Amino acid sequence: MSLIVKDLIVDHGAIRAISGVSFTVETGKLSAVIGANGAGKSTLLRTLSGLNKAAEGTAHWGEHNLLHGKPESHVRSGVSHVSEGKSVVAELTVEENLDLGALWRRNKKEAAETKQQVIELFPRLGERLSQRADTLSGGERQMLAIGRALMSKPNLLLLDEPSLGLAPLVIEQIFQTIRGIVDSMGMTVVLVEQNAMGALKIADTAVVLNLGSVATSGSAADLIADPAVRAAYLGY
Amino acid sequence: MIQFFNMLLIGIGAGSIYALMAIAMVLVWRSTRVINFAQAGMALLSTYIGFELVQKTGNFWIALPLAMVLGALFSALVEILLIRTLIKHSTSGPVAGIVPIIATLGLLGLIRACIGMIWGNQDIQIQPPLSKVGFKIGEETIALSPMNLLVLLAVLGMVVILGFIFQKTSLGLSLRASAYSPEIAQLAGIRVGAIRTIGWAIAGAAGAAAGLLQTVNGTGAVSPDSLEFSLLLTFGFIAAVIGGLESLPGAVLGAVVLGLVLAVVQIYISGTLVFIVAFALLLLVLLVRPQGFIGVKAGRRA
Repeated sequence: MSLIVKDLIVDHGAIRAISGVSFTVETGKLSAVIGANGAGKSTLLRTLSGLNKAAEGTAHWGEHNLLHGKPESHVRSGVSHVSEGKSVVAELTVEENLDLGALWRRNKKEAAETKQQVIELFPRLGERLSQRADTLSGGERQMLAIGRALMSKPNLLLLDEPSLGLAPLVIEQIFQTIRGIVDSMGMTVVLVEQNAMGALKIADTAVVLNLGSVATSGSAADLIADPAVRAAYLGY
Repeated sequence: MIQFFNMLLIGIGAGSIYALMAIAMVLVWRSTRVINFAQAGMALLSTYIGFELVQKTGNFWIALPLAMVLGALFSALVEILLIRTLIKHSTSGPVAGIVPIIATLGLLGLIRACIGMIWGNQDIQIQPPLSKVGFKIGEETIALSPMNLLVLLAVLGMVVILGFIFQKTSLGLSLRASAYSPEIAQLAGIRVGAIRTIGWAIAGAAGAAAGLLQTVNGTGAVSPDSLEFSLLLTFGFIAAVIGGLESLPGAVLGAVVLGLVLAVVQIYISGTLVFIVAFALLLLVLLVRPQGFIGVKAGRRA
């Protein structure tokens, strides 16, 4: 199973946000999507999870057509999206936020096991189960958002700027956790990041978006070494 | 002393029925961001259906839950056939956001007219299932009859059941998450569209209960232009708004406060002032505490 996006075009009203993007992510790999503000990174993820509609092109996760159907049905097919800006429900407790991701799952015993795994992955959440989500720190909220996504037992995880607004130390921790999820669970991850260096360091492959098109793509190691990428996105 | 006690009973009794109406309005607001002015019309329709069911079954306590189920179905249909389409299509233009709300006003008129055509414009009469003579404490008759007491218990029971559903069940969690943050709920795999319909259905059931209980608790008479139902809509709406419009406990609190304030006015000042005081209370709360009794200030979607 792999994620294959071909010639994807997405419009925001009269504005073309994504103009002909193609890339592939192999199973069990972590792919970073980097680029400046307004490059279309979030739009790309929102289209893959069904929140935005594509104008043209195709996107498949294995057999599953990502451009067809609502976000809630994609989740049920193993695609979880953590949207930008700490995607948790502030008014609910930590535990309710986690449970939310597994409500649709029929097998409650398995769902309870997943919850146990998520709490092992993020022990801080385990200590705060009955607290309201809006009492958490930024880093904890991001952990909760990822935890909620994992509760849906995905095999493709779409992460939108998990580092946004976090302290450098916390960012480091979140990035390591994401890498860990890929390595230990065999998860496939698309990581959209403004923090290009941090993302490239943990990624296997990367796509650089510029004004809605792919500027360059390849292995993360090659991109870090690419002088053009370094100058434009890594700042040295 | 007995007058004060009676005032409390009258206030809480009236407030409990406003509470059902306020709950209905809050549920609809939370699930679709629509103020449903047709709620009174739906409650009226359910009351007429309840009337028919009382005739058929001869038992009010069978008719009430059946009418609530039919009220729920009707409300769900309104959401599916009317509101959903309007929200989808009214995305531009100066009135886009309020098109569904205006539609509910139209629906209110439509339902009343249809009821008039089917049942006629004269009053129909529903027999109260219990005595409406107040209990006696010593020599004094208090403002609480077996009928009042049962209405109170029925409302209390419904509020407890709703509270349980919302706080303790998967459905409740889906309803709350969809209300607070529909996008995240969707991303968590919740079928938000279906949950919205369920929100409307529960509102329809609560409205049906409000209509029927108010009718048997009052004169028992209903007509398509019934003043009681206009009051029910107005007071239910005011209670929902002063309670914060987002919160079910807030709606109940708002309704009880409104009921008590109106009872004070009615007993100690004058019944003619009830309307003025109700709206003055609404304006006062909006000026002093616009987020309502139980409501969070702006930025709650942080």
